Amino acid sequence: MKKLSARRRHPLAALVVLLFALAVTGGLYAAFAPAEKAQADSSAQSLAIDEGKRLFAVGCSSCHGLNGQGSSTGPSLVGVGSAAVDFQVGTGRMPAQQPGAQIPRKKVIYSQAEIDQLAAFVASFGPGPVVPTKDQYTSTSPDDVAKGGELFRTNCAQCHNFAGSGGALTQGKYAPSLDGVDPKHIYEAMQTGPQNMPSFPDSTMPEAQKKQIVAFVRHTTSEEPNPGGLALGSLGPVTEGLFGWIFGLGALIAVAIWVAAHTTKAKKS
Amino acid sequence: MSHDNMPENKLPEAHDASHGHDVAPHGDPFADPGLPVHQPRRTDIDERAAKRAERQVSLMFIVSMLATAGFIASYVIFPIDKIVYIFPLGHVSALNFALGLTLGVALFCIGAGAVHWARTLMSDHEVPAERHPIEADDEVRADVIEQFKTGAAESGFGRRKMIRNTMIGSMALVPLSGVVLLRDLGPLPETKLDHTGWQEATPAQPIQLINMNTDLPMKAEDIQVGSLTFAKPEGLTEDDEQFQEKIAKDALMLVRIAPEDLKDSDSSDLGFQGILAYSKICTHVGCPISLYEQQTHHALCPCHQSTFDLADGARVIFGPAGHPLPQLKITTDDKGFLIATGDFSKPVGPSFWERSA
Amino acid sequence: MSSASSATTGATKPSSTRAKPANKGEAAADYLDGRLGIYSLAKANLRKIFPDHWSFMLGEICLYTFVIIILTGVYLTLFFTPSMGEVVYHGTYAPLNGIKMSEAYASTMNISFEVRGGLLIRQIHHWAAIVFIAAMFVHMMRVFFTGAFRKPREINWLFGFLLLFLGMFDGFMGYSLPDDLLSGTGIRFMEGAVLAVPLVGTYLQMFMFGGEFPGNDIIPRLFTVHVLLIPGIMVGLLVAHLILVFYHKHTQFAGPGKTEENVVGMPLMPVYMAKAGGFFFLVFGIIAAMSAIATVNPIWAYGPYRPDQVSTDAQPDWYMGFSEGLIRVMPGWEIHLWGHTLNLGVFIPLMVFPMVLAVIAVYPFLESWITGDKREHHILDRPRNAPVRTALGVAWISWYLVMLIGGGNDLVATHLHLSLNDITYFVRTSFFLVPIIVFFVTKRWCLGLQRRDKEKVLHGRETGVIKRLPHGEFVEIHAQLPADKLHKLTAHEQLQPMELPAEVDENGVKRKIGRLTKLRAKISKGYFGEYSQIAKPTAEEHHEITSGHGHH
Repeated sequence: MKKLSARRRHPLAALVVLLFALAVTGGLYAAFAPAEKAQADSSAQSLAIDEGKRLFAVGCSSCHGLNGQGSSTGPSLVGVGSAAVDFQVGTGRMPAQQPGAQIPRKKVIYSQAEIDQLAAFVASFGPGPVVPTKDQYTSTSPDDVAKGGELFRTNCAQCHNFAGSGGALTQGKYAPSLDGVDPKHIYEAMQTGPQNMPSFPDSTMPEAQKKQIVAFVRHTTSEEPNPGGLALGSLGPVTEGLFGWIFGLGALIAVAIWVAAHTTKAKKS
Repeated sequence: MSHDNMPENKLPEAHDASHGHDVAPHGDPFADPGLPVHQPRRTDIDERAAKRAERQVSLMFIVSMLATAGFIASYVIFPIDKIVYIFPLGHVSALNFALGLTLGVALFCIGAGAVHWARTLMSDHEVPAERHPIEADDEVRADVIEQFKTGAAESGFGRRKMIRNTMIGSMALVPLSGVVLLRDLGPLPETKLDHTGWQEATPAQPIQLINMNTDLPMKAEDIQVGSLTFAKPEGLTEDDEQFQEKIAKDALMLVRIAPEDLKDSDSSDLGFQGILAYSKICTHVGCPISLYEQQTHHALCPCHQSTFDLADGARVIFGPAGHPLPQLKITTDDKGFLIATGDFSKPVGPSFWERSA
Repeated sequence: MSSASSATTGATKPSSTRAKPANKGEAAADYLDGRLGIYSLAKANLRKIFPDHWSFMLGEICLYTFVIIILTGVYLTLFFTPSMGEVVYHGTYAPLNGIKMSEAYASTMNISFEVRGGLLIRQIHHWAAIVFIAAMFVHMMRVFFTGAFRKPREINWLFGFLLLFLGMFDGFMGYSLPDDLLSGTGIRFMEGAVLAVPLVGTYLQMFMFGGEFPGNDIIPRLFTVHVLLIPGIMVGLLVAHLILVFYHKHTQFAGPGKTEENVVGMPLMPVYMAKAGGFFFLVFGIIAAMSAIATVNPIWAYGPYRPDQVSTDAQPDWYMGFSEGLIRVMPGWEIHLWGHTLNLGVFIPLMVFPMVLAVIAVYPFLESWITGDKREHHILDRPRNAPVRTALGVAWISWYLVMLIGGGNDLVATHLHLSLNDITYFVRTSFFLVPIIVFFVTKRWCLGLQRRDKEKVLHGRETGVIKRLPHGEFVEIHAQLPADKLHKLTAHEQLQPMELPAEVDENGVKRKIGRLTKLRAKISKGYFGEYSQIAKPTAEEHHEITSGHGHH
């Protein structure tokens, strides 16, 4: 008895029991709950949700409602998932400054920790796409750029241009430039379809392909050199034409003026 | 050029009004005063300036030679894939930059040397040359016409009408051979443009819609509201010899629109639970139209900005397209995969004369 | 021209009796003359006089860029494979590794990444083409605004116009050859445009592409047309154009000593040989430097063509931009009748496109019909002295620019933060309105400049010297213009509007005046009537003012 009780009071016993209990509840929960919700419950997470709720009430609720139910000025956030929050707030699009054709990318005003808290709160409204882990959007295979390129040309280049320089949509809307966008945010945009961008869910574009697209975008916007010289904004023939007229023909005409001009006389009469 | 080190006595006198070609006090004030008297350049009167110009010209030719040597050296030295950072151009090919610049300098300096030579050392006397009227005088004209008439009469072209007419006839017919030879440039259109690869599908033998990204068939629940998916018919792969021709007609754009947003019942009947399969080929001139705005349900063509409302049967709401995007009737098979059971009801792509609807 | 006289006497004698040549060079020249007759040719041309003006060198830019294009084009054919056969890429450009593409595209990749200097030559070829057509455009405008197209040069104007027209199409075909995603989209457009032709569209399409789009034939066919057929015709036209320039002798601006019967300038040998010959190297040098500095047509970034892929910013090269604008802003009109479709949304722009160019091509003939002027003109007009012509030309340019804006409407939208749709509506309206507004503004501007010239001629130029008159008034002293300036500002002639003959002739018989004649008289009044030109100062006016001392 003594032995038993002594063993029971082993300093690590409480921890073992706690771990065991956690594993059982967690396992049961994981077995019964939808996958996205599984992570949503830990004490740290609920702390984050509380903190996120406070931030949300201050920064977001005027448009999206106190519980993210939406209003005439902002859509419902039920089911948008943490990825959408991380994208919208992490690229500075939210909180929006003014209504317009499109909410532009701007300076980020929340810290990443605050964004995570907001994301946790919004994710608690209902299941939705989850912020990807670094492994999900960081390519390790050298083949990914080429594969991503082909996927990009099929799925993305029509709006974002062959080099990710962006392009026009209807009524003042536009597909933004992908230059300098965080790989995580590119991934999240494909997951969530922000604003008028359609989404490319895992069911039709598996994670691996999103990773390949991210690899291509990273390569083409930041790593790829322009062997031929100035890229002229990678906007196609329009800027080439302007450059040809202004610098090409401009320089040639300047030279022609020199060739044809009369040589300075020794003294003017 | 400045006058600093030029001896004053070598400079020409400034002209005064007495030089004869200035203002005539009476008569026509606007009369042509005639060619101005030639003014010497510094190089014309100052041997030192001329020598300097000569050295400048030679220097440019020497720079050109050096640049050509640099061109050959760059060609040998720089590996073709070497990338260097050059402000403000960015990361560029060292070879392309070096070759282009050395070639440019080599050529430019030859030109600059030659022009500098012409401008400073060759005579710059402006001289007039007479023009002669382009038209021949009447005598020549009469002579030529006479000759022509003689020739024409000798040929009997006007008199022997049978020869003339048959010759014109034969000359007119002979190019037809050339036209006939062009026949085999291509097949006749027949009904090729009316159908696509989806015509193989029948209710008995449907064709699955294959996801362009994954090369796999799709279930209805894979297509979420607000998403955009591209599809091709089952069995069509990149290795197909006719892949380009087939995908140019068969490519599909799949969207799912929430039931409350659907505006056209005919269109939603062709779809499956709000999943609509439209042709990806614009009805204007055939660009792959796929700039889908998921909130407005508008699809914009990147080439000429025709805009279609996919929630309203792909009606044209803006731009130069003349008719809606054709829609493919889809449903699911017993395993739940999206299938087509027939072709588009209307020809896909740009309109053409024989297109009936 | 004394040096030439000995050559003529030489040419009339049998060559065997010719004086012994002084050196080997002369001996070689004698040899060639005996077979080619070079002395007679050189006599007329060696000391040919060319006037100096920078704008007279615009044509040379065209000529030289054309030569550069031919030189670099020949080099490119050594490496380019005009085939649509499919290959899998395994070259040095990693982002396309393992991607299927046509041999045309793969060989262009090879030129860009594996042939040393290949990228440079490709870029020189393309930049030179962009500048070539821009220079032809500016050259044509120079000829237009100075009236250099008038008799005897109308035919040469047409030759030049054809060169521009063919140059545009050859450029289009050229950038289509690499079979990249951008140019393939251009070919797809061409297919759609051909299909829009009523009755025969589908047949034309099938014959062009050898079947359905894209087929395997279009690239090899475009290649032959691009490197052989069109350049061949262009070389022919170019030679004819240059022969006529030599034959007509160059035009010149009015000035002291310059008349309709002479041309003042410097001789071909040596000054223009050095200047024009040197200019070739200058042009080539600048184009080569451009190609070292700036990328043109990065086909590797576009990727290979696939009919189901596209990139936004799908525009043609600039010279096709105005037709792109027409296509983009045209409303989508389509007529369905009796089982047929007439695609006006494409067909109307397709017809307007050549018309835009045709109106400028036929202008010289229109103007000569209106003026009825049958004389030769070798002295150029200053644009202000032909206000209606200048206004028409500027209106045409503004029209062209409006269409160019339409062709780039998506980039205008993104870069000026405007709505794409608004720009399209704006271009639709501007297509009709802007040329009209620009016409009136330009005409007014020209008349204002004419008034200023008149003022200068009569009152002299402002010296900047202020004089105080005895009664305290301040006046600026004006100085008489020198004689050469006076001549220059008054050398132009002013045509008077055409007078219709009296309705009833001297015998009291009613004359029949055709409708066309009446129209001509009306237009003539528009060109030369009192609201269209400021009467130039007369000698009397000048005397009156200059003799009145103290008058400023």
